[in-house]
Amino acid sequence: MTADRVNDLIAPGAARVVPQPLGRFAARHLVDRNYRVYRRDWLLFITGFLEPLLYLLSIGIGIEQLVGDFTLPNGSRVSYTEFVAPAMLAASAMNGSLFDATFGVFFKLKYEKVYDAVLATPLRPVDVAVGELVWSLVRGALYAGAFVVVMAVLGLTSSGWTVLAPVAAVVIGYAFAGAGMALTTWMRTWQDFDFITLAVLPMFLFSATFFPLDRYPDGVQWLVQLTPLYHGVVLCRGLTTGAVGVEMLIAVAYLLVMGTVGLLVASRRIGALLLR
Amino acid sequence: MGAQSVEQAAAGPVEAPVEALVEARNLRKSYGALEAVRGIDVTVRRGEAFGFLGPNGAGKSSTMRMIAAVSPASGGSLRVLGMDPGAEGPAIRSRLGVCPQDNTLDSELTVRENLLVYGRFFGLSRAEVARRADELLRFVQLTDKAGSRVDDLSGGLKRRLTVARSLINNPELLILDEPTTGLDPQARHLLWDRLFRLKQQGTTLLLTTHYMDEAEQLCDRLVIIDEGVIVAEGSPAQLIRDHSSREVCELRFGVDDHAGVAARLHHLGERVEVLPDRVLVYAEDGEAVAAAVHEMGLSARSTLVRRSTLEDVFLRLTGRSLAD
Ligand SMILES: Nc1ncnc2c1ncn2[C@@H]1O[C@H](COP(=O)(O)OP(=O)(O)O)[C@@H](O)[C@H]1O
Ligand SMILES: [Mg+2]
Repeated sequence: MTADRVNDLIAPGAARVVPQPLGRFAARHLVDRNYRVYRRDWLLFITGFLEPLLYLLSIGIGIEQLVGDFTLPNGSRVSYTEFVAPAMLAASAMNGSLFDATFGVFFKLKYEKVYDAVLATPLRPVDVAVGELVWSLVRGALYAGAFVVVMAVLGLTSSGWTVLAPVAAVVIGYAFAGAGMALTTWMRTWQDFDFITLAVLPMFLFSATFFPLDRYPDGVQWLVQLTPLYHGVVLCRGLTTGAVGVEMLIAVAYLLVMGTVGLLVASRRIGALLLR
Repeated sequence: MGAQSVEQAAAGPVEAPVEALVEARNLRKSYGALEAVRGIDVTVRRGEAFGFLGPNGAGKSSTMRMIAAVSPASGGSLRVLGMDPGAEGPAIRSRLGVCPQDNTLDSELTVRENLLVYGRFFGLSRAEVARRADELLRFVQLTDKAGSRVDDLSGGLKRRLTVARSLINNPELLILDEPTTGLDPQARHLLWDRLFRLKQQGTTLLLTTHYMDEAEQLCDRLVIIDEGVIVAEGSPAQLIRDHSSREVCELRFGVDDHAGVAARLHHLGERVEVLPDRVLVYAEDGEAVAAAVHEMGLSARSTLVRRSTLEDVFLRLTGRSLAD
């Protein structure tokens, strides 16, 4: 056919191939877009997996010898590495989803203007927010799954509940991706992200990640329990060590509410920013 | 094939045809205290090429964005494809093609992927979108760049890709916001040629421009917009007939005092305009003006007789030049 004719594509009103209604899952096409970009960037893929593993190895090889075993609230004894590994799972779920939802979204929102183009199609701001969130969860689930397998291989899991640990990681990812995306809509420059780093680092160190809650000073314990990562750690540690309890239900509720509020705020804000 | 598809259009059992694809009444847009669009009335009919001609800041993009259902109107009424953009944005957008002023191409994807991904946003199947992508790449002559990164394309090629992208969903109305601004002459002509073909095939075009030659070449009908207000409407020929003389004699004198010289020329034509570097005398017969000037003993450094253009219409209506 000649290059000049696109009649069957652009016939005036007649014999048009009418696009299918997108329905509720329009966001999946944004996930697809991100996957296309990501599959070229295998280095980034590897790093996402490597980070928690390196933490784990350094603790397992070095620190475990110095610290010795732990007694969990339910009375069972675990090695220090067993104690810390689920916290690394939770922390890497947090980091991974924050990375996608903050830097990733900011880049596309303010620099690449990806969403300006997306919103010129039938997709709505909520589809953009859901798409980005789902994408970060898919990625997070992959990493979490691989990490849990490594934990099991290294003998760091002591309970059948472990199979749910990747799901817990996805719930943690949901919370941080939603909240991170919402905060990102208020960011003006890359420097503003220092605030997120500022919040994440102490959270990483002091959410009962490296030592149990009862070692914190009395006045600080309630503060630790307010942080989302603490709840993520509770969830993962309960599952991999088998020390399950009601506090885990509270943790799930906390994280789901956090993610949902974030998601709603983010979609409103994306609309307000771009559909002006 | 072109004629055939028009016949199909006439005979085809399609949904009730909306004759006015865009209908704006007293349409307004404000950004805070700034009123960018101040009550415009526009009707774009199916099958026509309709233009917004106006200088930078006139409110063209603001209007296009409202019509494209990506910017809420601040006042007045707007119907696009018979629907309300505020309430039925996704339904409207699914049937529009939009070339925004800044391309908004996805620089993390290849040329072809830009079309594939964008088409999926409209709910087209993978197979359908792949077929259209290849066909549209041929149409805008980008087939050999299919695997290139978008950042490696020149401005003209990016624009062509944006046009291709805007056609992926087989739109009923194609909105082009300054399609050739910033392109070199060759790139502009290629793009005009493509747009002209679309027009020949019956695509309804809605475009903005601040180039009067672009408006004259492509538009069946246009409005001239300035400071958020429509100052004239009609076909290019009609506008020129109504608001300017047939010809213009452009005179450059070696003096600084063009206004002083101009004062002596008023009797030669219907109207005299003074620009910083030249005087324009509007008359039916430009050559006669040139001769008369010569007879008066005024020696112009250069004399140019030409037909009136939309630029002259704009100058007449606003007292300013489009390029400002
Ligand atoms: N998002 C925006 N926020 C604030 N002011 C805007 C915005 N978009 C456009 N404007 C202002 O509105 C006026 C009209 O702009 P625009 O519609 O882009 O005109 P044009 O496309 O004709 O150049 C300009 O003064 C411009 O600065
Ligand atoms: Mg503009």
